[in-house]
Amino acid sequence: MGNVLLQLNHVHQAYGSQAVIQDLSLTLQQGQIGCLLGPSGCGKTTALRCIAGFEPVSDGEILLNGVCVSNPKVLVPPERRRIGMVFQDYALFPHLDVAANIGFGLHQLTKNEREQRVEELLHVVHLATVAKKYPHELSGGQQQRVALARALAPKPELLLLDEPFSNLDVSLRERLSMEVREILKHQKITAILVTHDQAEAFAIADEIGVMSHGAMQQWDTAFNLYHRPANRFVADFIGQGAFITGKVRNSRQIEIELGVIDGEIPFRCAAGDIVEVLLRPDDIIHDDASPLQAIIISKTFRGAEILYTLRLAGGAWILALVPSHHNHQVGEKIGIRLETHHLVVFPQPIL
Amino acid sequence: MFNHNVFSGEKLAALSPRYRFLTFWRLVPFIAAALVLAPVAVVVSSLLAPAGDIWRHLLETTLPDLLVNTFWLAAGVISGTAVIGIGLAWFISVYEFPGRRFFAWALLLPMAMPAYVTAFVALGLFDFTGPVQTALRAWLDSDLSWFPDIRGRAGVILVMTLAFYPYVYLLAKNAFLSQGKRSLEVAQSLGLNKIQGFFKVALPMARPWIAGGLMLVLMETLADFGTVAVFNYNTFTTAIYKAWFSMFSLQAASQLASLLIIIVFVVIVLEQQFRSRMRYAESKRSARGQRITLSGWRGGLVSGFMFSVLFLAFLLPVLQLSYWAVDSLTHDYDFSRYLDFLWRSLSLSGMAALLICTLVTAMVYAARRYPNAATRNAVRVATIGYALPGAVLAIGVYLPLTWLDAQLSELALNWFQIDTGQILQGTLIAMLVAYIIRFMAVSHYPIDSAMQRITPSIDEAAMSLSVHGWAMIKKVHVPILKPGIFTAAALVFVDVMKEMPITLMTRPFGWDTLAVRIYEMTSEGQWEQAAFPAVTLVLAGLIPIFLLMRQTEK
Repeated sequence: MGNVLLQLNHVHQAYGSQAVIQDLSLTLQQGQIGCLLGPSGCGKTTALRCIAGFEPVSDGEILLNGVCVSNPKVLVPPERRRIGMVFQDYALFPHLDVAANIGFGLHQLTKNEREQRVEELLHVVHLATVAKKYPHELSGGQQQRVALARALAPKPELLLLDEPFSNLDVSLRERLSMEVREILKHQKITAILVTHDQAEAFAIADEIGVMSHGAMQQWDTAFNLYHRPANRFVADFIGQGAFITGKVRNSRQIEIELGVIDGEIPFRCAAGDIVEVLLRPDDIIHDDASPLQAIIISKTFRGAEILYTLRLAGGAWILALVPSHHNHQVGEKIGIRLETHHLVVFPQPIL
Repeated sequence: MFNHNVFSGEKLAALSPRYRFLTFWRLVPFIAAALVLAPVAVVVSSLLAPAGDIWRHLLETTLPDLLVNTFWLAAGVISGTAVIGIGLAWFISVYEFPGRRFFAWALLLPMAMPAYVTAFVALGLFDFTGPVQTALRAWLDSDLSWFPDIRGRAGVILVMTLAFYPYVYLLAKNAFLSQGKRSLEVAQSLGLNKIQGFFKVALPMARPWIAGGLMLVLMETLADFGTVAVFNYNTFTTAIYKAWFSMFSLQAASQLASLLIIIVFVVIVLEQQFRSRMRYAESKRSARGQRITLSGWRGGLVSGFMFSVLFLAFLLPVLQLSYWAVDSLTHDYDFSRYLDFLWRSLSLSGMAALLICTLVTAMVYAARRYPNAATRNAVRVATIGYALPGAVLAIGVYLPLTWLDAQLSELALNWFQIDTGQILQGTLIAMLVAYIIRFMAVSHYPIDSAMQRITPSIDEAAMSLSVHGWAMIKKVHVPILKPGIFTAAALVFVDVMKEMPITLMTRPFGWDTLAVRIYEMTSEGQWEQAAFPAVTLVLAGLIPIFLLMRQTEK
């Protein structure tokens, strides 16, 4: 542990005059699972392809095990990087059966060793029963696991997964992403995943980088992304919540309509300054005894909880996650109180 | 859009010197397109050359006849194939009746019959001296003056309709299978009865497919030489042949060819239009519901209709051919000459298939490596050669070749004082080039669909597993492409075997093939002598049908 496997230093990538990646930096320790998360078109797939060696970088450098594999002058071809890749469309070889697909990258091994390794992987991904089937005879989930096994077979230093679950239906997605995490952890594989689905990112990754417009917004744990977002984009993109204006009382207190919040203000400000505070749905507690009241604008039943959209007397809208048995009607007034553990605050945007 | 997902040749060549040879690759589609455009340019430019009296002569003699004949032939065959093709397709795809599954594939069998074979069998059967009229005369004791003359315009139209209806049937069936039953249900839910539903909803919805099929029929009709030659029915193709080989006027022949090419050009434009509309209108194959069962006399009527088409278009000609073939074998048939014809047919077809598949594979590769608009257009041009009538191509290839030959021999005479005579004429070059132009399209579809299966990420998957360059081509590309190339080769092989006008007009001395033999024997009315070669062609023609059926079953 503690061994840096992958390092991106100020990587830029451009198609013609259009920049796709700007100043991207990240560090991944051996055995960790990283994730690039962002809306489509944010450059996350391109970043992955740069790491794989399918795309050159126009500035900066990529280090694998401390050795430079990409900079504007050097481009080690993909086949010499010892990087495995799982493609969004799986890209299985249609003319080969499952076993042959998995064994495809094992051309250096003897026939015996190859068979043994394929056998081993078939068990790892629970596909021993379909070894002789062809890709078109498999379900989506099975194809996905063949693709994973094929990429794992040559024991790559780093595994890249490009939106690996996006072609599967939602129920399968969650199960398979946990399964994949287990396999990767068990095989001590270092991996980077690209996705636009935060639930998937949270389920599988140790560290997550949120990207937007080709730039890294924050590289952190899931917990920190949610509770300590570095900027408004991350705050908006990760989880749900509502922004509400507040007034700075002193360097450790902000006053909002619902009360006073304590916490560190991460930027310079003076008492009386207007700021924006992020309230997550779990920061608002439903309490009939509370003197603070809000009107229900809309509600979404979620099973264990109901997500209420509320309007405060001052006109601001907030979200509240309330246990399901507190069933109220739209238009009703309910009592709420504030219970924040993490202050998330940004300067008021200059309009 | 998805540009950045494609690992283009430029990038590959920039990455590594290993791939630098790829830069030559990009020219292949343009060479292929030039190959198609050159004969067209040669033929059309002859319109501009001073033709002297030729036009006046043509106008005074054959031209009005040709135009009238071509018009009625086209109109007749279009209407005939439309009625039969749409009718068969509708009943096959929407109804259930006795023998439906059998007829669904059996109705494709007439595709194995070259139209000129159906033509001479029809003449042999129904002519004044044929067995049908002879038997009827004896039976009815009448002179049969009411019997329609098979040699007339109606006869040609009937024969071509029977030979070409499968194009319409096949495309209309595709359309009806994906939307026929559903469109009928929509119509009925809106208060129309079945007949109204067919005419107001199902038929208009299938229009792009039907029109596409009809345009193919029209191309075949305009390109046909063998059938009209057997019937002595004058059209542009026979007139071109006569101008060249009877009047020895290449100039008159090329003037006629240029007129024909203008007509064909209009058809090409229409066909491309319908084809693009077909693409946009393509709907997912809906879950096929229960077919409407026709029982009793209705079912019998439909089965009877299907059987009579199959009988006239395939069973009857095959029976008659077999009879003649067996008959000719018992009358000391010159078998070694037949083997000569067969050998030449096979070797020509083999050469053409090899050349065409190599060229088209290279072209498809290039189109994949360099996915830009110019390359796409080049491929489109390269694959319209199937619309060019063989007689026109023969002229368009022959003219520049003679010119080139003259230049070459002059060069040899001036520089080396050697009288070479003709170098290129008398070789197979003209014929093979014309084959390539005409049949590139035939092989393009199967090879291109195989290539579509090799997505960019498949290449990247191989590279990420340390397999690249030639190893990747050998271990990944070749196995995936192989079935497509094999199908393409089979299709080209059979098409070249059946091809008549190009072979007839550009073959070097001594290169008589089965098709040429059939032409020569039928033009002398010796049906029995043509039967054995014809049976051979029909058997070969079954191969692509089986390939097609296997493909549609998947």
